[in-house]
Amino acid sequence: MTVQAWTYLLVGITFAIYIGIAIWSRAASTKEFYVAGGGVSPLANGMATAADWMSAASFISMAGIIAFAGYDGSVYLMGWTGGYVLLALLLAPYLRKFGKFTVPDFIGDRYYSKTARIVAVICALIVSFTYVAGQMRGVGVVFSRFLEVDINTGVVIGMVIVLFYAVLGGMKGITYTQVAQYCVLIFAFMVPAIFISIQMTGNPIPQLGMGSQLNDGSGVYLLDKLNGLSTELGFAEYTDGKKSMTDVFMITLALMVGTAGLPHVIVRFFTVKRVKDARKSAGLALLLIAILYTTAPAVAVFARTNMINTVSDQEYASMPEWFKNWETTGLLAFNDKNGDGKIQYVADAAKNELIVDRDIMVLANPEIANLPAWVIALVAAGGLAAALSTAAGLLLVISSSVSHDLIKKVFIPNISDKGELWAARGAATVAVIIAGYFGINPPGFVAAVVALAFGLAAASFFPAIVLGIFYKKMNKEGAIAGMVVGISLMLFYMLKFKFGIFDGGKEAVAGLEKDWWFGISPEGFGSVAMLVNFIVSIIIMQFTPAPPEKVQEIVEDIRIPSGAGEASDH
Amino acid sequence: MSEKQKKASAYWKENVRYLFILLTIWFAVSYGAGILFKDALNGIKIGGFELGFWFAQQGSIYVFVILIFVYVRLMNKLDKKYGYNE
Repeated sequence: MTVQAWTYLLVGITFAIYIGIAIWSRAASTKEFYVAGGGVSPLANGMATAADWMSAASFISMAGIIAFAGYDGSVYLMGWTGGYVLLALLLAPYLRKFGKFTVPDFIGDRYYSKTARIVAVICALIVSFTYVAGQMRGVGVVFSRFLEVDINTGVVIGMVIVLFYAVLGGMKGITYTQVAQYCVLIFAFMVPAIFISIQMTGNPIPQLGMGSQLNDGSGVYLLDKLNGLSTELGFAEYTDGKKSMTDVFMITLALMVGTAGLPHVIVRFFTVKRVKDARKSAGLALLLIAILYTTAPAVAVFARTNMINTVSDQEYASMPEWFKNWETTGLLAFNDKNGDGKIQYVADAAKNELIVDRDIMVLANPEIANLPAWVIALVAAGGLAAALSTAAGLLLVISSSVSHDLIKKVFIPNISDKGELWAARGAATVAVIIAGYFGINPPGFVAAVVALAFGLAAASFFPAIVLGIFYKKMNKEGAIAGMVVGISLMLFYMLKFKFGIFDGGKEAVAGLEKDWWFGISPEGFGSVAMLVNFIVSIIIMQFTPAPPEKVQEIVEDIRIPSGAGEASDH
Repeated sequence: MSEKQKKASAYWKENVRYLFILLTIWFAVSYGAGILFKDALNGIKIGGFELGFWFAQQGSIYVFVILIFVYVRLMNKLDKKYGYNE
């Protein structure tokens, strides 16, 4: 069977499973729609959280980014897993005890203020829309490369599938499809990694293979070999990187805190029965995520070494078939500058003849390593599972923000449960269409805005929630001031240093690098904005009235794990 | 302060102490070993791994997973001690 036939088969089977689950687990009430009825087991919730969190970025892009960034790529590995420790220890158990449907629910009630709720809704919408557009794009890339349909058709197919099970099943349908998607994506990620690890080092465990000696009898360690190849071609040493220590520190912190503050991850902990289950399922989620996250750096090392060995200083005419296939997608480009017919792949931009898009490393890796056709097809199905599961989780946050936090809590408080359920479905439909539009017409700055989303979550939600739980005296004036100042500062820094708004646009951005405050890049600035949020909140609080007695009682109550009851809207 | 409130605040104090200890370890393996002291640790090699690099790309993640499960155990015990388990 050809790769394409295998891909149709595997993608077809997995899609049929997702749709079957969606029909089986339709939501009948808003409670099932928002929090899956509140009776999901910790293991199922852990798997769903893992699939929800691991997006097209984790599955498709991350190992590729690390392959090119080496040590600097560690910020994603530590940042996107370390955030779970914060989530499990500082947020999840208490928010579960609080027992409402959404993050703006918590902010609105804890800070007894409609303004705070609306600020939180706006942040949740910005963060979620940014992400979902990126997922749709990922779906389109996979479809166009492996099923050879037009990228736009790919996006539309993805939209229809997500729409079907998100709108029908709500959180309940999404949770159980995500369980299936986790299995598909982890299998799809591990199989090629294990194959390649055996091929290169003889060790079947990629996490160990990465630190083993090469299989060629030379006795050279793989990482030493790659360090050598990198410096030979003029790149930084793989295990060293070139970002400053301050910047690595700050970016890691911003990603960790941003992760802990992401609404689509937090809301997953509303679906379990008890506080105890919330803690446990955070642990299980991280364990399941760690399987992929510790394999990704190994994949990065294998892929980078394989790629350099395959292309560097080789005849263009003798390139294998995968090279030509990826050239037609435009994600791989060769320009024979010195006309010698060979590929010079070097750090020096004036001499470099090969441009490789980082996103193709994971997808092309099995082909580069000559793995069987079914493995290549499996990777395509895994990429789709990763993108669809995250897109569905985000759509749920968007629809519940609109139907619950805005329509029910602000505009039409006496709407019936049935009416609210239909509003939620309507909002999800509109959200899918908007997301699909951005997937087909991606704004040039998608990647930049994703970084902005993490910074925003770090600068806004995280301090407000942590202070809400750990600082009983925190009042609405402090929290609102903190969120507004934090977000504004973050926006200002991004607009100035990422988009160059105040200095003549995109072209000026590179020249502004020397003006970065304390040498911190816009990606890492969320950490600073977060600290400012904390400080502003605490100062303002000193000069404004303490929160009402009743709110202080709520805080005391969420600190005690027993009697969590079920999530409810009153 | 009522008996009930006293119990609640004692529970909370112990909880916060656990958080402090666990987050110190969380900081030490990632920001400490993986970033601030990475260059010094890279002088030590285990197999093909330089130690600082290993902490940044592998070790800190393993420790994160262990930390959460230790936390789950500690809290389950604490809940039992104060009769908050259900």
